[in-house]
Amino acid sequence: MPGVAGAESLLGEVEEAEAALREAADRALDGEASFEAVIAADQKIEPRDAMPDAYRAGLIRQIAQHAHSEIIGMQPEGNWISRAPSLRRKAILLAKVQDEAGHGLYLYAAAETLGVSRAELDTALLTGKQKYSSIFNYPTLSWADVGAIGWLVDGAAIVNQVPLCRCSYGPYARAMIRVCKEESFHQRQGYQSLYVLAQGTPEQRAMAQDAVDRWWYPSLAMFGPPDADSTHSAQSMAWRVKRFSNDELRQRFVDMCVPQAEILGVTLPDPDLKWNEERGHYDYTSPDFEELMRVVKGDGPCNRQRLAHRNRAHEDGAWVREAAAAYAAKNSRKVVA
Amino acid sequence: MSEVATEVELLGLGDDALIAAQRLAEWVSRAPTLEEDVALANIALDQLGAARMLLAAVGDEDELAYRRDDHQFRNCLLAELPLGPGRGDLDFGWTMSWLLMLSAAQLLRYTDLAGGSDEQAAAIGAKAVKESTYHLDHARQWMLRLGGGTEESQRRVQQGLDGLWPYGHELTEGIRDRWLAIVEPVLAEAGLKRPDDRWRPGGGRDGRHTEHLSYLLAEMQSLHRAHPGAQW
Repeated sequence: MPGVAGAESLLGEVEEAEAALREAADRALDGEASFEAVIAADQKIEPRDAMPDAYRAGLIRQIAQHAHSEIIGMQPEGNWISRAPSLRRKAILLAKVQDEAGHGLYLYAAAETLGVSRAELDTALLTGKQKYSSIFNYPTLSWADVGAIGWLVDGAAIVNQVPLCRCSYGPYARAMIRVCKEESFHQRQGYQSLYVLAQGTPEQRAMAQDAVDRWWYPSLAMFGPPDADSTHSAQSMAWRVKRFSNDELRQRFVDMCVPQAEILGVTLPDPDLKWNEERGHYDYTSPDFEELMRVVKGDGPCNRQRLAHRNRAHEDGAWVREAAAAYAAKNSRKVVA
Repeated sequence: MSEVATEVELLGLGDDALIAAQRLAEWVSRAPTLEEDVALANIALDQLGAARMLLAAVGDEDELAYRRDDHQFRNCLLAELPLGPGRGDLDFGWTMSWLLMLSAAQLLRYTDLAGGSDEQAAAIGAKAVKESTYHLDHARQWMLRLGGGTEESQRRVQQGLDGLWPYGHELTEGIRDRWLAIVEPVLAEAGLKRPDDRWRPGGGRDGRHTEHLSYLLAEMQSLHRAHPGAQW
């Protein structure tokens, strides 16, 4: 079975970022260096360093949104655990969804280093005050969606996240290195699962194509609005949180997917997709950004369902969390006595 | 269990683990905390892993999991019960009572398997013993917290224990005393009452199940059965 063409080079970039991080730690500037000097020297800002309020707030927003996406992202794929068509696929999917919970946990921990509490972050998700990736507001309608999400959604996430391994905030950069390694493993599993379907019975092939048809444009929209309309981008680039523009990353993703789709034997649903010799890139049709904005604002197919599910789990678990807290309090008193 | 595990015994243990994994996976994205979501998924994965090894020792794992009807399954009734008072319910107090009962029994069965003379079965048992030890500890910790937490948590966990306890008889056939020696001290420490032993439902090992199993299988097998002969 083929590997995911192009994925090796992304993983190579993660390894390089990890090496750069270790190297940067070895040549740390003296403790008094200003925020600007640290950024200019491409060093890492650490939790106890001084930083502009807007840098702190922007990172909290971004890391929290990323963590929330991992948590909400458990739902669309979790939807197929009970019906996975072989025990091997069931184990792979269960492990993947568990990894997402784990990613959420260490991203929340990274956000907490910026002075925000877990409870505040939970509330911000449950009340819709903070967003999560809009991609998870689309439904998983067939088993092939699990493969398509692995290939396209995890693929887009990796393209987005690999540059974050070099982000200027140390705890986020370190979390992203770990997340990217696991995501790339997930992407390979998704791709291979889709490959089996695309080589399978006529029904399985149709299922695979239908999933690709539904997930292609929402995946392109994951890179955010076009550069001209992107509100947070310029400052974020200057602070070296973000290193490439939305459109640059989107193009990189399209260029990766085209040869992968050929190997899979599925058709990307874009009649205008073609190689542009002059640009050295594929030309492609942009996703519907008005649809993206509708989904971001809460009117996608599953927004209400996803948030209601999370709220219900939170409410149903309240008595358990209270019990754990009461038990811990009683026992600490016993120890003191 | 005798010195050499029979196929029927391996199948029974494999079915227990498979059906338990299917039940536990219902908790994914619904647990009281994110940490507990990870822990429950982890236990479900261990159960699934053990099930796959045990079923593969008897036949083809997917044939056994997806092509048998409910009356051909040999799991004990406890494994298939909903993890709450009724169909579709998920209650954490019931779930931890269930896990305590199940993992204590699995620990004993796997220990016996590991000590037997069948090499393949012994290897499966040895790996599963370590996992069951962790599952049992996880359940025990929660029984203490829920039993010693709030009035509500004590009421709910006792309710779960009362609902599930009768099914412990079939679960522990042949290992009852050893099982009680593990479970009773946990109940005592958690301040929970040991329910009475009057009603003793059984029949799972002979393929006579509760109403719940066929729903569980209908969901689990639906996709596989819709595509006969397909590879996944």
